[in-house]
Amino acid sequence: MKPTGLEALLPWEPLWPLIAVFAGALLVYLRGLWRRRRPGDLPGAAAFLTGLAGMYVVMQTRFDYYAQYMFFVHRFQHLVLHHAGPFLVALSMPSAVLAAGAPNALKKVCRRVAALAVFRWGYRLLQQPVIAGLLFVGLIYFWLLPAVHFDAMLSARNYWIMNLSMAADGLLFWWFMFDPRPPGATPVTRSVGLRILVLWAVMPPQIALGAWIALSDEVIFDVYAVCGRAWPLSPIVDQQIGGLITWIPAAMMSVLATLVLLRLYFRQVRGQASGSPRTTTKVTG
Amino acid sequence: MKYQHGPLAALFCALVLAACSGPAELNGHDITGVMPALQYELINEQDRTVEAGAHAGTIRLMFFGYTHCPDICPITLGRIKAALSAFPPEERSAFRVLFVSVDPQRDTPERLREYTAYFGEQVIGMTGSQAQLQALSRRYRVTYGYGDKNESGFYEVSHSGGVFVFDREGRARLLFNQSIGPQAMAHDLRTLL
Repeated sequence: MKPTGLEALLPWEPLWPLIAVFAGALLVYLRGLWRRRRPGDLPGAAAFLTGLAGMYVVMQTRFDYYAQYMFFVHRFQHLVLHHAGPFLVALSMPSAVLAAGAPNALKKVCRRVAALAVFRWGYRLLQQPVIAGLLFVGLIYFWLLPAVHFDAMLSARNYWIMNLSMAADGLLFWWFMFDPRPPGATPVTRSVGLRILVLWAVMPPQIALGAWIALSDEVIFDVYAVCGRAWPLSPIVDQQIGGLITWIPAAMMSVLATLVLLRLYFRQVRGQASGSPRTTTKVTG
Repeated sequence: MKYQHGPLAALFCALVLAACSGPAELNGHDITGVMPALQYELINEQDRTVEAGAHAGTIRLMFFGYTHCPDICPITLGRIKAALSAFPPEERSAFRVLFVSVDPQRDTPERLREYTAYFGEQVIGMTGSQAQLQALSRRYRVTYGYGDKNESGFYEVSHSGGVFVFDREGRARLLFNQSIGPQAMAHDLRTLL
C-alpha cells in the first residue's frame, strides 16, 4: 500500500476533532505572533511549530500507517508524541503568544475551565512531582505490556486512546519541567532541583525497558506478525531497532532537559540577584 | 477527594485489567469487543459478489493469504483442516473458512477453487478488487504488500498471519496467531459451537 504523491500527506485514519485542535492551535499561535510582532518570539516560534508539526505528522499522515504495521516506526511515533514534540512545545513557552492570539470567547472558556475546582485539583494532582514521574514512565510501560499492546494495535479505539494519552502526558510532563516561573509562583511550579531529580528518576526505567526489548532473543510483540508488516523486515530486527529507540534517544531527552533546566536555573538566580532589593550586610563589631 | 484520586484509580484499574486480560481457558486471543463484526464485499470462487450475510449463522474463520504462498498459507490452512477434523461431521458443518486472497492478479476464482479444494469443503476462497481488499484489511487492521518480481515473474506477498474467528452472529471473537496448534485451536473453536 505505497502512497502516491499527496496521499503521503493525507491521514491514514482521519481524526477530524484532532485535526481541528491542531489547526486551532496553529491559527491562534500565528495570530499571536502577528499581533505581538516581537523578534524575540521567533526562536520560541520555531520550537513550537516544529513540535506541533512533528506531533501532527506522526498521527495524521501516512506515517501513521507505517507506525501501525512496524514496531520500530511505532516506537519512533511515541518518541515524537511523548518526548520530542511536547518537549519542543513546552520549551517554546507559548503561553504569552497563545494568549495574544486567542479570541476573547476562547479566553473566556479557558478561564472558566481553569476556574473549575475539578480542573484545578486534577491538574495539581497530575503535576505532583512523584505522580508526574510515575505517569510518564508508567504509561510507556503500560502500553508496552504485550497483552495491552496487542489489543491497542488491533482496536482502532484503543490505538487512539494510546496515542492521545501519550501526547497528553508528554505535554503535561514537559510543561511541568519547563515552567519558566520562579519556584512556588503557582502550586505546580517546583524548584529546578526537584525537577532535575524527576528527570533523572524517569531515565533508568526507560533504559531498562528499552534494553530488555532490544536485547530480547524472542519476539515479544507478535501483533505485527498477526497484522502483517508494512514491508518485509525480520521481526527480531524490527524489535531491536524499536528497543533502541525506546532506550537511547528517549533517555537522552532527560539529559537534554537537564541542560535546559540548568540554563533556567542560572537565569532565575541572575534575575533574583538583579531584581531583588539591595541588602546591606550589617557589620557589627 | 473523588477527583484527586480519579486518575490514579483509573491507572491502577487499567494495570490490573491488563494483568488479568484474556481468559485463561482460551489459547487464542480473545478479541470480543476489540474488533468490528464481520463485514465484507468480495468476489467468490464462482466469480460472483459475496457479502458477509452469505454465510450467516455459521462460525467463520477468516484468513488473508495468496495461493502462491510458499509457507504460511498452506501451513495455516493445514492446521485449520486438522483442527476441524477433530469435530464430528455434524458439528464441522457449522464452520466456514474464508480464505481471502490479497493477490487478485494471480488468484482467479478458478485458481482459488482448485486451491481451497485441497483443504476441505469448509474452505471458501475469495478475493476482490484492490478497493474491496483494502477496505476489508483496514477494517481488521491488517495490511499486505507486494514484493518485486523475479526473472520468472514470481513475486512474494506480505500478509497477515492471523486467523480471525467470528461467531454465528458475525461478532469478532478470537484471533489465532502462527504459534497455535490444531488441538488448541479446536479447543477454542468448541467454545463457540
